[in-house]
Amino acid sequence: MKLIFEKGAPGQHLSLMPPCDVPEVTLSRPRTEPLDLPHVSETELTRHYTALAKQVHGVNDGFYPLGSCTMKYNPKINEDMAALPGFSQIHPLQPEETVQGCLEVLYESEKLLGEITGMDAMTFQPAAGAHGEFTGLLLIKAYHALRNDAARTKIIVPDSAHGTNPASAVMAGFTVVNIPSGEDGCVDVEALRGAVGPDTAGLMLTNPNTVGIFDKNILEITKIVHDAGGLCYYDGANLNAVMGVVRPGDMGFDVIHLNLHKTFSTPHGGGGPGSGAVGCKEFLRCFLPGPVVTRDEAGYHLTAPEHSIGRVKDFHGNFSVVVKALTYILTLGREGIPEAARNAVLNANYMMKRLSEKYAMAYAGPCMHEFVMTLQDLKDATGCSSMDIAKGLLDHGIHPPTMYFPLIVHEALMVEPTETESQETMDEVCRVFLDLWDLAHQNPQALHDAPTKTPVRRLDEVGAARNPVLRYVKE
Amino acid sequence: MNFPAELKYSKDHEWVKTIDESTVLVGITDFAQSELGDLVFINLPQEGDEVTAEESFCDVESVKAVSDVMSPCTGVIAEVNTELEDEPQLLNEDPYGAWIAKIKDISSFGELMSADEYEAFVQQ
Repeated sequence: MKLIFEKGAPGQHLSLMPPCDVPEVTLSRPRTEPLDLPHVSETELTRHYTALAKQVHGVNDGFYPLGSCTMKYNPKINEDMAALPGFSQIHPLQPEETVQGCLEVLYESEKLLGEITGMDAMTFQPAAGAHGEFTGLLLIKAYHALRNDAARTKIIVPDSAHGTNPASAVMAGFTVVNIPSGEDGCVDVEALRGAVGPDTAGLMLTNPNTVGIFDKNILEITKIVHDAGGLCYYDGANLNAVMGVVRPGDMGFDVIHLNLHKTFSTPHGGGGPGSGAVGCKEFLRCFLPGPVVTRDEAGYHLTAPEHSIGRVKDFHGNFSVVVKALTYILTLGREGIPEAARNAVLNANYMMKRLSEKYAMAYAGPCMHEFVMTLQDLKDATGCSSMDIAKGLLDHGIHPPTMYFPLIVHEALMVEPTETESQETMDEVCRVFLDLWDLAHQNPQALHDAPTKTPVRRLDEVGAARNPVLRYVKE
Repeated sequence: MNFPAELKYSKDHEWVKTIDESTVLVGITDFAQSELGDLVFINLPQEGDEVTAEESFCDVESVKAVSDVMSPCTGVIAEVNTELEDEPQLLNEDPYGAWIAKIKDISSFGELMSADEYEAFVQQ
């Protein structure tokens, strides 16, 4: 299909733009030639984006069990709230007395998310999860620096971690120490004990971890790191399994990030911007990116923390995502938040049990909100890989699970149904999974050829990686 | 799966070809490339880099994942195969022809296996 830049012709235009209601100014360095914008009619524009929307699969199209991504339903009331004129028709440079409602949203969100996670302070600047990791690590770095503890240069990361963890640590100027997981997929406590020392700046951990298991040694783990003088960072990727049930702050974590776009139900994965809110314990509050919202008798104010690491994003981050997350929290309430977590765990265990009729699970026992299957035996027996099964699912209107992650599991498929799927949907999806298992044995070629019903067939991932075309250049 | 008899192999799936007693060529094995899938990027070491046995000295990226390539010995990088930068697929097409680096001034080796031992190791 054509790009929007390749459509239309000079003279075609649309009437979407309202008259400009701010005074025009002349810039000190005015543009010498006009921007080369597309010339398309409103009809063409609408058709273009509708055609694009038809080529993708979102949570509103069908089941989307992308493990570790928490593709839950995004309630439409969130959008209504974020669209209120008081939130949408504003400018971040307005005087603070004219945006008190917006500041209240940030203040209340900090309080409620702090209650859910056991943290004392929070910033909403980071734009998404990895940005949150980077910000949290800068807090850890600033903490050690203020204590003149320059020897603490290493961040410990288990080998089951999301790839962003070691990447963020390196970006923040740390050296990464990788520690192996035990047989059960959890942190090898003895390996951790051997890895910590006077050079330990901190540990990054996801709990439940990336194989969907809650690390039962968590209190011992955080104690080992604290005793060695390091801090503990909680990757909130899997908070959906435990929100409102247990709190990272009580597990011993000092800094966390939350993916508001995942756990707190806002569109993501190509559907909208993220928000990687970073929370911390009281002793790290003074390092947070500024400004943060404070409150006194006169109202809400924007103030810079004393030893702030500085801004990590322009203005206040993706504010409308925070409005949506706050709406979600207030809609579910004190009872609804833990109930959502419990149902997420129940749904995952229901699917795991049904699929274990044929599929091998990477780890025994009940899971949390997601589970990992290993298709190595299927591949050995039939030649059909995780990739083939994933492509087969597409023909049934199902988004594939996360593939080939975590790296410690061969031919991994990682399934996270979330709490917003009904038993009927999961039964239907399990039937498709089990049918595809049979198809792999009966007619493996059919799976190698899948998908056949999607707008595009197998994409050339290798070609895209080796020869990426990242920019449109007008001929 | 191919396991040339004249090469030595590490448990991290690198092959080692002896040039003289303190110089070797290193690459990744047929098994490694088949497990990794189509390679799309290689981050080569630099000439003169000191490398340590059983520590990472290079990384390769496939559509699935990024993986470390471990050095089979302690020594100094004498030469790198820059052809791989533009054509990482050579690692898939000809794993034993597409050497990654020549390592010289070798002071020690990590644990290495014969072709038979490596074949048995891979089949476990």
